[in-house]
Amino acid sequence: MSFINYSSREINCKIVYYGPGLCGKTTNLQFIYRKTNPQARGKMISLATETDRTLFFDFLPLSLGDIRGFKTRFHLYTVPGQVFYDASRKLILKGVDGVVFVADSQVERMEANIESFENLRLNLKEQGYDLDALPLVLQWNKRDLPNVVPTDEMEKALNHRSVPSFEAVAPEGIGVFETLKAIAKLVLIELRKGASA
Amino acid sequence: MLPNLVMYEEEFKLVTEVVTRLVSNTNAKVVFLVDKNGQLITSSGMTEGIDTTSLASLTAGNIAATGGLAKLIGEKEFTILFHEGEKDNIHISIVGHRVILVVIFDERSSLGLVRLRVKKSAAELEQIFGEIDEKSEGERAGLGVDSPFAEITDDDIENLFS
Repeated sequence: MSFINYSSREINCKIVYYGPGLCGKTTNLQFIYRKTNPQARGKMISLATETDRTLFFDFLPLSLGDIRGFKTRFHLYTVPGQVFYDASRKLILKGVDGVVFVADSQVERMEANIESFENLRLNLKEQGYDLDALPLVLQWNKRDLPNVVPTDEMEKALNHRSVPSFEAVAPEGIGVFETLKAIAKLVLIELRKGASA
Repeated sequence: MLPNLVMYEEEFKLVTEVVTRLVSNTNAKVVFLVDKNGQLITSSGMTEGIDTTSLASLTAGNIAATGGLAKLIGEKEFTILFHEGEKDNIHISIVGHRVILVVIFDERSSLGLVRLRVKKSAAELEQIFGEIDEKSEGERAGLGVDSPFAEITDDDIENLFS
């Protein structure tokens, strides 16, 4: 749910990074944080356990610039990926404008990817969203590892509606900004649709 | 699913007035108004040195988590949260199921005073947000002004990333 403020001429949108545990959601945000001009970003908040696993969420506010005199702000959130944090994941999806699904490309994580994707569908449904209608971008992360699933197989398993997808190596930033740009575009296009409807 | 929150100049002024008045009649340090999704709507008081964006996001996370707890024990929501610190305290309340009113205060005020004044301000805010919802619904029915976003071109979007 975007927030349009005519008084301060701002538009705020919420993007959630979703995916199985240890797939690299937080790493995506950390890279964006490091590589963004400090004037264009706020503080990154990570509510994590002592072992650096996301406990509730990571949060990174970004300003992208002006569109038609309106400042565009994106609030990036990650969910905790571990299965037993499902209650927290549901809360973070509230008011989402677009989702980045980060999949772990390793063969042994394919099942976890599919499970997490179905969990996303279910949790969105509970909030009244349809995964097949929401702005969505997929990221095939960890492409530098030796035991990865070929991308065409990942597409077949997870990309049912042919949304944009990107290969990535999040710690090195490969594919990270491409993914972000793609989801930001989809969210803005959706906003235009909503406005002209 | 709530529709997009749209805030116009006129309502923004009204809302900010209520918030500013609350700062002065509670002796609070700062008062924030945050949308349930974590977007800051307005603030008043000594906001310098406070990361307002983070505050908004964490407040919404806090409300969401306690809301989850409430449901687990069969409550609809907990409408008031209070955090007591050594010097500063935070009083958080839900207004009209939709927005969150945050008051940060120290020993120059008191919990009793804050609770009393928040109640009155919350009623005023609830009314204003009711009007905002009506207005946006009217717009969706095609009665209102044109949204600037209907005119966004692909180039506008592309330029954001250049």
